[in-house]
Amino acid sequence: MNLINHESVVKRMKSRLSKNSFSKWTFFALTMFVLLILGVLLYRIFSQGLGYLDLQFLQSLPSRKPENAGVYAALIGTIWLMAVVAPVSLLLGVGTAIYLEEYAKDNMITNFIKVNISNLAGVPSIVFGLLGLTIFVRAFALGTSVLAAGLTMSLLVLPVIIVASQEAIRAVPNQLREASFGIGATKWQTIVRIVLPAAIPGILTGGILALSRAIGETAPLVVLGMPLFLAFLPKTFLDSMTVLPLQIYNWTGRPQVEFHALAAAGIIVLLVMLIIMNSIAVLIRNKFQKRY
Amino acid sequence: METTSATAKIINPQEKQIVYKTSDLDLWYGDNQALKKINLDIMENEVTAIIGPSGCGKSTYIKTLNRMIELVPGVRTSGEILYRGKNILDKSYQVEELRTKVGMVFQKPNPFPKSIYENVAYGPKIHGIRDKKILDQIVEKSLRGAAIWDEVKDRLNQNAYGLSGGQQQRLCIARCLAIEPDVILMDEPTSALDPISTLKVEELVQELKKEFSIIIVTHNMQQAARISKKTAFFLNGEVVEFSETNKIFSTPEDKRTEDYITGRFG
Repeated sequence: MNLINHESVVKRMKSRLSKNSFSKWTFFALTMFVLLILGVLLYRIFSQGLGYLDLQFLQSLPSRKPENAGVYAALIGTIWLMAVVAPVSLLLGVGTAIYLEEYAKDNMITNFIKVNISNLAGVPSIVFGLLGLTIFVRAFALGTSVLAAGLTMSLLVLPVIIVASQEAIRAVPNQLREASFGIGATKWQTIVRIVLPAAIPGILTGGILALSRAIGETAPLVVLGMPLFLAFLPKTFLDSMTVLPLQIYNWTGRPQVEFHALAAAGIIVLLVMLIIMNSIAVLIRNKFQKRY
Repeated sequence: METTSATAKIINPQEKQIVYKTSDLDLWYGDNQALKKINLDIMENEVTAIIGPSGCGKSTYIKTLNRMIELVPGVRTSGEILYRGKNILDKSYQVEELRTKVGMVFQKPNPFPKSIYENVAYGPKIHGIRDKKILDQIVEKSLRGAAIWDEVKDRLNQNAYGLSGGQQQRLCIARCLAIEPDVILMDEPTSALDPISTLKVEELVQELKKEFSIIIVTHNMQQAARISKKTAFFLNGEVVEFSETNKIFSTPEDKRTEDYITGRFG
């Protein structure tokens, strides 16, 4: 005797299939909705700012007159910031990841450290601003310099780099390490010659994403006291500087409407920078993955 | 043929030397004892096979011979393993030095994600050889020794992952040969390969035994019968029987050996 009534199965089929296609269309609609919001945002920015985006804009220093104002100082400042954040955060971050994944014993202390680092990734960025103010600006007496800003932002993105590097190192198959040890390599040789080269795509991707975050964050730099208006370029790491997000923030606060359009133009510049950086990350990752 | 102290060598020069003398070796994974009072003498320039059912400790044993077992957390050992007279389990024995004399081929081929040349040159390079001419010679010699030179000589700079499974395993053997070891340990080297590649590797082993001592763990009893001179039968972490291969496979002394060989269990 059959326990399954085939007639009622056939009857139910229609409602199951229609639920299936309903959910498919619902998810599609939600995705379209998100893309729509993104599209509206981009349209607003581009329509407002594209007109003001020209070579003069990119090459001028900020000024009180909107016709003369440009984003040059902020652009150069952002590049100086990256020049500090990139090496500091990568060296500290990758080093920490190597220690945690390759050397640290699997005990409660190590797990405690790992959990705390992951949690730091979620700490509001303004807290890092307060940290930077107390330690770098005041205690180390660096003032509102490139170095102070760079070190603060490095701390901000460090957890992201550590976690991404840990994942990349962990993804290297253990059999490669075994093969290396089997030939008589030391732990350090194995890490430098086998593990790190294999982990580079993941580390670089994490690094560039972290750098993208660093150049977009505004709140910590405001707390540090970085100038919103600076009409000259930094010459050393101890000079003061401003960055794109701060310049944009400055312009949006002005009463003149032209400045708001300039802010939109500045946002476009920032977006283009971020797109270029992310594309480089994708390219590097693809190039390294082909080797596998 | 007994050693009188941990550093004395075997005294009879007419006979082959003992390359590995294991004395009362015990090994624990945490609280679980995986090897029980292992006593085994392995001779040089021979192929010694280790057979036994799954979980009997044969992989564990071969990994103690080059101290790869230390990579497993929570491992404890007691007893002695004398490699050419020196106790390798002694804390002061440099494990990297041991591994330059004792190479290992693993069950699943594990070439590095580098070029074929770089894979073979890895060993010499980490031990400090920089001269490109010498490295070129070592690479060619090792690839010839592993019977794969003709297949790869025109594509040494290509990624090793482009090779077939059997070729990758022979590449791993070449990588092993490049450091000019004394002993080659093989942990089920053909279990992941097709029959033709398996045959090629077995032929290779017969060639290599003229120059090296080979210890091979195998699941495949016929393979052990084909290529080895002596065979050790492991069961539940103990050596049940160890003698000439043709004796073990025709007139084994222990009933458990006989049961395993005739297929009553395993």
